[in-house]
Amino acid sequence: MKKLVFLSFFMLSAATVFAGGYRVALQGQRALAMGHTGVAYVNSAELAFFNPAGLVYLERQLNVSAGVSGVFSDVTWQNDMFGQNAQTDSPMGTPFYIYGSYAVNDWLSVGLAAYTPYGSSVDWPTDWEGSHLVNNIDLKAIFIQPMASIKISDKFSVGGGPIFVTGSVNFNRNANRTLTDLDGNRSSVTVDDSGVTNWGWSVGTMFSFTDNFRIGAHYRSEIILDSKDGTATYANFPNDTGQPLDVNGDGVPDVPANGETGFEASLPLPAEMTVGLSYNCEKWTFNFDYTRTFWDVYDNLDIKFDNGLESLNPRNYKNSSQYKFGLQYVANEMIELRAGYYFDQSPVREGYFAPETPRNDANGFTGGLSFNVSDRFAIDASFLYLRFKEVDASYDYYQENGQNTPFGGTYKSSAFVPGLGITYKL
Amino acid sequence: MKTSIKYLAILSIALIACEPELEKPITDEGFYSTGNADLSNFVAVGNSLTAGYGDGALYINGQENSFPNIMAGQFALAGGGTFNQPLMADNLGGFTGLESFPNRFVLAPGEDGAGPQRLQSEPSTDFMNILNGPFNNMGVPGAKSFHLGLVGYGATAGVSAGTANPYFVRMASVPDATVIGDAVAQQPTFFTLWIGNNDILSFATSGGVGVDQTGNLDPKTYGSNDITDPNVFASVYGGYVQALTAASPDGILVNIPDVTSIPYFTTVPFAALNPANPDFGPQIPVLNETLTPLNQAFAALGVPERSITFSQTAASAVVIKDESMSDISAQLTQVLIAGGLDAPTATILGQQFGQARQANVEDLLVLPSSSVIGEPNMARIEQLTSLGVPQTFAEQLSVNGVTFPLEDQFTLTASEQAMVKTAQEAYNKTIAGLAAANDLILLDAKTILNQLATTGIPYDSGTLTSQFVTGGAFSLDGVHPTPRGYAYLANLMIQKINAKYDAEVPVVNLGDYRTVQVSGSVN
Repeated sequence: MKKLVFLSFFMLSAATVFAGGYRVALQGQRALAMGHTGVAYVNSAELAFFNPAGLVYLERQLNVSAGVSGVFSDVTWQNDMFGQNAQTDSPMGTPFYIYGSYAVNDWLSVGLAAYTPYGSSVDWPTDWEGSHLVNNIDLKAIFIQPMASIKISDKFSVGGGPIFVTGSVNFNRNANRTLTDLDGNRSSVTVDDSGVTNWGWSVGTMFSFTDNFRIGAHYRSEIILDSKDGTATYANFPNDTGQPLDVNGDGVPDVPANGETGFEASLPLPAEMTVGLSYNCEKWTFNFDYTRTFWDVYDNLDIKFDNGLESLNPRNYKNSSQYKFGLQYVANEMIELRAGYYFDQSPVREGYFAPETPRNDANGFTGGLSFNVSDRFAIDASFLYLRFKEVDASYDYYQENGQNTPFGGTYKSSAFVPGLGITYKL
Repeated sequence: MKTSIKYLAILSIALIACEPELEKPITDEGFYSTGNADLSNFVAVGNSLTAGYGDGALYINGQENSFPNIMAGQFALAGGGTFNQPLMADNLGGFTGLESFPNRFVLAPGEDGAGPQRLQSEPSTDFMNILNGPFNNMGVPGAKSFHLGLVGYGATAGVSAGTANPYFVRMASVPDATVIGDAVAQQPTFFTLWIGNNDILSFATSGGVGVDQTGNLDPKTYGSNDITDPNVFASVYGGYVQALTAASPDGILVNIPDVTSIPYFTTVPFAALNPANPDFGPQIPVLNETLTPLNQAFAALGVPERSITFSQTAASAVVIKDESMSDISAQLTQVLIAGGLDAPTATILGQQFGQARQANVEDLLVLPSSSVIGEPNMARIEQLTSLGVPQTFAEQLSVNGVTFPLEDQFTLTASEQAMVKTAQEAYNKTIAGLAAANDLILLDAKTILNQLATTGIPYDSGTLTSQFVTGGAFSLDGVHPTPRGYAYLANLMIQKINAKYDAEVPVVNLGDYRTVQVSGSVN
């Protein structure tokens, strides 16, 4: 149990981010080391995330998997036409997972999972050239899911359960490209909310042709986080009067007053469907997963403020696919080696490349190993290198003077993610 | 197991150092280049336009957006050097203890909606606090052409006497330094020279109250609102170019824009009297009736073109005093008396309308006239009541631009504009000639500002125009550009440099530079 205490420490730190959109695909060190595959891979309690239907096939009565990753992800940007450049200095993200399953009887297992599949933490230099779009953002969501896994027949099982999500957001951007107070400090708005909750569910099935060849499918529902009770803070606006200022006399406030107001916004955590297979041959195991993420639900990031202002931010994401391949080799009783590859398609359409989630297509290269300390206890290590192409991209839907005003340049992202976990079986 | 953890720890540390790198980072040496130009020590010489003055004052944020500072920021990407500016002490812009140098304008709400108002706090810049130079930005607000070579222009003691300029006092290397001397002493490798605007502009902005000094070769005898003799201009300007090119063969000369291209002269229409105005419209019939004897007198004197009528359906021209017209006060008084008016009233009307006429499309009303037109002229009311005129009648006779002709300082008449234009053309001829003779870049600010005033300049979120307050190019003083306006000038100069010197210096994004500053209050 000491190990769990150690991991719960990480729960308190930022459960942060990165991945296509704000998806953080790091939900198991063993699966990640194999290209984040696992919908048909019966190996550990990581199934609680990848496919609850498989839990009932685990050999031992009690299975626990837990782990944490360190996400080192940064983005550099430049615009050579204007000689501008900037690089993020994002804090290390620490997404985690804890899964447990217990075999009640031969045909029923129950499980409990806590994981962080969505989030984002991007810190651009304050007042950088794209600060009218984002200075910094920190988005966290923790999923907690009880589940049941039921063997319908020797070859066929189903599993799933309700998901409780609690999320938080902190997002700061400048009012526009030029507004400042009288001393030249850029006017900015920060929206902040935490304890935003909602419910969702996931369900999966698994079909085992033999013990060595299985296929699986798993669907996790979309969950919309509606933020209603947060605070928007207006700072450094040239207006300390407490009243909004209508400069041009059209009855619409042009310059809000400094201070706090409420806001409403909603952030969708999209649904995800995965199908895949796992084939085992003596010391070798091969996995293939295909995941479709239904990002089209992310239409906009509109924020309506209680002071009557609103911020319209079209996102218009498209559904995206990931093609994932993984390989495992059991070297000996002590060591299991893993490697994988996946292609991560970006959900961002051309012209919608916003620097708060600056993601283009990526190739993920993974590796890792498990070290069996004893028959019951193993240490799992993984490593992900996500390779992005340099991309010329822009966000074209920011409006100024009622006119779309593109912000773009050349972006290059990088992500290195080492992870460490444990597997315990009883 | 301990070993794996150790390796992972080492790996993690190594990863922190891993950062995304672009294939061709703009920070790489050689990405941009200064070509055949040496931009390592750039010195900008001139007046308020070089200093970054705007909104009726010089203040830190404005200086940071001066066109030479914007240029130097881009030069730095191509290996250019640092650019020192004599920054003011605050963002208010006034000089403490010098009331004629007030704080800057902001766009703030007032009784009649939002308009330009000066910030009220006490400014902290003390001109006697001498800064340590040298300064790459040698722009001195208020300087005329001959001031740049004037010994004593930077002497503290001369400020109260009006022979020195507090902006130069605080940046002069020694009290008897000259602007051009301090500039050349820095051995610039590249320079800009933009001087001569004030040689006509102060005459124009003061509505032509000064004197056209063409023919007078001694600038020591000039008043502050006078037009500088073109030969004086040519002489001093040639000297500056010689001195600067002796230090640096490469530079930019900027010519003098038309005064008619700036909002200070184009914002207030000559027909400024709107019948829809509830303070004015209902009184028009009475006004016209009252003016009938006067108009009959004009007709009798053979000057019917001077008659004054106000339309009830369309905007009417304001009444102005035109000093270039013959003064018919005496005759007018006589005719009015002959028409049956009592002598004291006839005398007052005769004086008041002896050089009066309604403005026409050729007259330019200066920006400050907008706050006086249609308002009672308190000084005139006091004057009339002291002559025994009853208060009510005195008030009726003292409405600026309606019954009391707008004074000379509020209008730039066609003949005054002609004087300005003649001098301007002569200066620009000198500037163009010297640019050609010395193989320097000529930036045609005259054409550029006319373009802003007519078609405007498109940028990524709109069009930059000379429209006062809303156009984006001009600050709230109506004369000086906004940071966005200065950025546009900087871009044009960078493009000229790139073309002439085979350089690759990036321009700036105009949309990143602000326009006028709004504020919830002026306190």
